[in-house]
Amino acid sequence: MTARRMVCSALAAACLLAFGPAHAEDRFITVASTTSTEQSGLFAHLLPAFEKTSGIKVRVIAQGTGQALNTGRRGDADVLFVHDKAAEEKFVAEGFGVKRQEVMYNDFIVIGPKADPAKAAGKDILDGLRRIEAAKAPFVSRGDKSGTHAAELRYWKAAGVDLDKAKGPWYRDTGSGMGPALNTAASMNAYILADRGTWLKFKNRAELGIVVEGDSKLFNQYGVILVNPAKHAHVKQADGQAFIDWIVSPAGQKAIADYKIGGEQLFFPNAKP
Amino acid sequence: MTTLGDSFLMAWQLTASADGRLAEIVLLSLRVSLSATLIACLIGMPVGALLAVGRFPGRRILIVLFNGLMGLPPVVVGLLVYLLLSRAGPLGSFGLLFSPAAMVVAQAVLVTPIVAALTRQVVADEWTEYREQLRSLGASRARAAATLLWDGRFSLSTAALAGFGRAIAEVGAVMIVGGNIDGVTRVMTTTIALETSKGDLPLALALGFILIVVVLSINAVAYALRGWAERKWG
Amino acid sequence: MGVSAWLSIDGLGLTEGGTCIIDSATLALSAQRSVVLGPNGAGKSTLLRLIHGLLHPSSGRLAWPERLSQAMVFQRPIMLRTTALENVEYGLKLQGHAAPERRRRAAGALARVGLEPIAGRPARLLSGGEQQRVALARAWALEPQLLILDEPTASLDPASSREVERIIGEIAAAGTRILMTTHNLGQARRMADEVVFMDRGRVLEQTAVNDFFSLPQCDAAQRFLKEEMP
Repeated sequence: MTARRMVCSALAAACLLAFGPAHAEDRFITVASTTSTEQSGLFAHLLPAFEKTSGIKVRVIAQGTGQALNTGRRGDADVLFVHDKAAEEKFVAEGFGVKRQEVMYNDFIVIGPKADPAKAAGKDILDGLRRIEAAKAPFVSRGDKSGTHAAELRYWKAAGVDLDKAKGPWYRDTGSGMGPALNTAASMNAYILADRGTWLKFKNRAELGIVVEGDSKLFNQYGVILVNPAKHAHVKQADGQAFIDWIVSPAGQKAIADYKIGGEQLFFPNAKP
Repeated sequence: MTTLGDSFLMAWQLTASADGRLAEIVLLSLRVSLSATLIACLIGMPVGALLAVGRFPGRRILIVLFNGLMGLPPVVVGLLVYLLLSRAGPLGSFGLLFSPAAMVVAQAVLVTPIVAALTRQVVADEWTEYREQLRSLGASRARAAATLLWDGRFSLSTAALAGFGRAIAEVGAVMIVGGNIDGVTRVMTTTIALETSKGDLPLALALGFILIVVVLSINAVAYALRGWAERKWG
Repeated sequence: MGVSAWLSIDGLGLTEGGTCIIDSATLALSAQRSVVLGPNGAGKSTLLRLIHGLLHPSSGRLAWPERLSQAMVFQRPIMLRTTALENVEYGLKLQGHAAPERRRRAAGALARVGLEPIAGRPARLLSGGEQQRVALARAWALEPQLLILDEPTASLDPASSREVERIIGEIAAAGTRILMTTHNLGQARRMADEVVFMDRGRVLEQTAVNDFFSLPQCDAAQRFLKEEMP
């Protein structure tokens, strides 16, 4: 009966298309990382080098640090590559990760209107934030439990600003990634804390420019963690560790240092041997 | 500030140059959404037909339910499928999360109610016309459902195309269950979202134009098919 | 004539939503060709559907001395979106006949109604008269012992009507019992052995056809004939 034959071939086609051969035989690991590492273009530069020497493909899921850690807890990734030291240490302490290793750092900068109504410009992050709050100048926060968001909250606290009290219409909590938050800041002509890498690649700048940079407190450390195979037996331990070993090795560290945008280095390798 | 015109030009250039990565993204979108629609039809059409001709307790409730499920937010479907397929979830051992297969599953869940509800409507209308004659000839309800599915094949093609259109245009579900992995689970809609978030609006718009062309083509095909079918089979 | 009834109807009633559509119908059908006549709303179509099993009575019963295989043709021919031949085959397919057998019987039935040349054409693109002949072929191919027809020529032009009448006559001649309704009194006179007259849900008269037209017994029948035939 033609109809039955049609249905069977449709079913076969569907399965073939859906679960198709394409990537089934590739050797790969899943790395949960932050939007800054992907959107800055670092991974696009870094990963091909690793894939060439090891034959292991790296599939990167770009999420915020908070989401990446949760992905690790659930066992949906093999390796985490994030930037929130306190949260990372907690992750390892809780037994979800094997060991935390430092890999590289970049810096945060405060972006804001070139006209700088709050007069926050300079090299002092805490002073700059105080001035922004005092002027109630529009400020965009990522609000998404990312490493950048965690850093932002730490800086407010260190500056002595009680956000719960000081919050008002000037403080826009967007709950979004770095790129979308920058878009929002651009359209609102607001201040925002960002990582340099994403800013350098960001094209929709409108009237924004760098307002505060160079403070040593703005140093942003990245760490890499293998998800604990003891908790999730399916974790690709050998291949995941191979990636970690490479990225802290001289070859990996050099690859990180070699990544430049417009001649400017974005990430500074600092893995301890 | 780039204009709409610049983006249109960029879209044209991207397509004309048959850019490798662009082709990969478009093909993946088609592959995922076509598979999902096919599965949705294999499940949704028999369900819709049986809802139309059947008589069983709870039938009315099911009809209302499927009509309502047509409006399922894709991001909610994405979340639910994510929880199912995550290693920490019940179906985790299949290791499907962050793969095209997961995207197919999510979109199939999204599209099946649409196909089922539209099928039910088509078959119900046919049933009104054919009911007495089919029963007179001795068709059981199941048999009648099968007959009406085939008889209504052209209207049902339109239902399938509507489902496909919904699948290929959504971003919420595939983003969550696919992870937007470069070269693996990146489709047109997630690429548009990514480029927009990077502030690279011209590229996002360019991809958007291509997606619109795909969707418009689907609708044109559906329209032409109906006309041809009407003339050929009455 | 002494022919025993092939169907006994006893106090059959159908009430729907408070309205009485059939009111305690009692009659025995024994003629080869029976025609049900009556004004609009008399319940003729409903009675046919009750006999065919498309509707279930609220009261009374149908007694079949021996079970008869049935087929029904409706006022508007219902065709599937396939060829004429496949439409005729459909009934046979439902009965489980194998493909070669189906094809043979269907082709034969189409030939008997004179539609062999257009067997491969899409059925819904045929004219009204041709479609009704396909419907007849479809019913005939099943070789039913009883053929029920609900106003089979009501939507046809005179030429097609006559063709359909001829075919029904052939089916009857081959041994199938005919039970039909019609508004065309000339047709009733030509085709029936016996007339069953209904009015407002009740069976009022059952007479041999010539007797009915020359001497209708009840008032309703007399009024009916007077209005219908100037």
